[in-house]
Amino acid sequence: MALLGGLLGRLLWFSGLRRGRHAPGTQAMEQDRALEVYDIIRTIRDPEKPNTLEELEVVTESCVEVHEINEEEYLVIIRFTPTVPHCSLATLIGLCLRIKLQRCLPFKHKLEIYISEGTHSTEEDINKQINDKERVAAAMENPNLREIVEQCVTEPD
Amino acid sequence: MRAGSADGSGMAALTLSCRLAAHPDSRCWFVAWSPSGALLASCGGDRSVRVWGRQGENWVCQAVLGEGHQRTVRKVAWSLCGSYLASASFDATTCIWKKTPDGFECVTTLEGHENEVKSVAWSPSGSLLATCSRDKSVWIWEVDEEDEYECVSVLNSHTQDVKHVVWHPSQEVETTRDPSLTLACQLLASASYDDTVKLYREEEDDWVCFTTLEGHESTVWGLAFDGAGRRLASCSDDRTVRIWSSDEQGEPGVACSSTEPSWKCICTLSGYHTRTIYDVAWCRLTGAVATACGDDAIRVFEEEPLAEPQHPTFALTAHMSRAHAQDVNCVAWNPAEPGLLASCSDDGEVAFWRYQRPECC
Repeated sequence: MALLGGLLGRLLWFSGLRRGRHAPGTQAMEQDRALEVYDIIRTIRDPEKPNTLEELEVVTESCVEVHEINEEEYLVIIRFTPTVPHCSLATLIGLCLRIKLQRCLPFKHKLEIYISEGTHSTEEDINKQINDKERVAAAMENPNLREIVEQCVTEPD
Repeated sequence: MRAGSADGSGMAALTLSCRLAAHPDSRCWFVAWSPSGALLASCGGDRSVRVWGRQGENWVCQAVLGEGHQRTVRKVAWSLCGSYLASASFDATTCIWKKTPDGFECVTTLEGHENEVKSVAWSPSGSLLATCSRDKSVWIWEVDEEDEYECVSVLNSHTQDVKHVVWHPSQEVETTRDPSLTLACQLLASASYDDTVKLYREEEDDWVCFTTLEGHESTVWGLAFDGAGRRLASCSDDRTVRIWSSDEQGEPGVACSSTEPSWKCICTLSGYHTRTIYDVAWCRLTGAVATACGDDAIRVFEEEPLAEPQHPTFALTAHMSRAHAQDVNCVAWNPAEPGLLASCSDDGEVAFWRYQRPECC
């Protein structure tokens, strides 16, 4: 009995190695988490158009990447594609993504949001702003900006 | 909760002594010890400043300064005499609070910055106050005996948001190379979103930026001078801490006139932090360097005793990996009690730690 258990154990461990450095369950967990993230962000409304980010293909399932940091904590990376190369709109979308996930994502996470490469001339500038939590916090205390974000992230009744 | 247990790793050097829900349902951005070490001020997203004092083994709230600001309070600073608190806010103002027998009273509100004030610091002389803002400027204010504040300089050296300002600890600095160059010279340092650190001093009645420290690859969030003021630590979004030194020959001091000091990066601590480092604190009593990181951890480093002064190496002596449930925003060493460290986090909590120095130090 013990011998069989040992062999089975070694087989499982080996197959885990082939798939990558993680234990066999991790990749599946990460994929589940990524879907959870996408489910939350896809219904966010575009600040200008009467469509969701999913409808406008600003976000897609494949734009969400999740990596396990340790047990119960995940690194979530989102790369979104703004519809127009307008700086303030891209920053606004980044803000909406961050705020909604901050409020709705049930599992412990660290979040990085980027404009997908090559879609914007000042993408480094935008990426830096939307990942600066102090700038994000201050922006959300601006009543006008806050109002726009609330309208984009609030689920319709 | 010792560092060697399930949530920490390795060294059993940092232990939790108290945890407070200081700013409930909000984030706590900063903590500052009073000069005597008896009180701790905290501030946060709930727009308030709280002052905590010891009661036996615990820390209790002695005052809530809630009516001063319309937005997040980002930083607080105690005056050298301990009678005043300055608070810097996203509402673009800096409040000056005076300690009274009943609590704290707002005596002045400094206005002028165009948008969020990110930091405030009192000079060692007690007569100057520095503030900085997202408007890219650093302001220097002079305070007189009647508690009147006047802006004496607006410095526009940075090209982006200025995150932090600290004063050099000395009022008077000597150079051993030329004893006649002892000058009452105050030095200010600022850290910015433009990835640089800038140093300022007064030259012929005017404040100027005399040097820029480049090297960090992203926003510089925090700064700390060592006790003697010979070295400056900076921490960044690039996940490193850099140590800068003012003199190539390893001699102390910053000459304020004829000899031009050059500040150089003499050490970089990289590979230890896995996310943005929001704050660095250099203990005046023990020389230990603590960091506050976005990976929820607090780390402590000590300089290796046998290294050359201009080529120091620092060893990681403590790593509390889940110090808080979220990002650690600030760490502060108690100025009177060696090994007592306060920290605060996005989870709204303030924690107190005891750091036990390893045998070798």
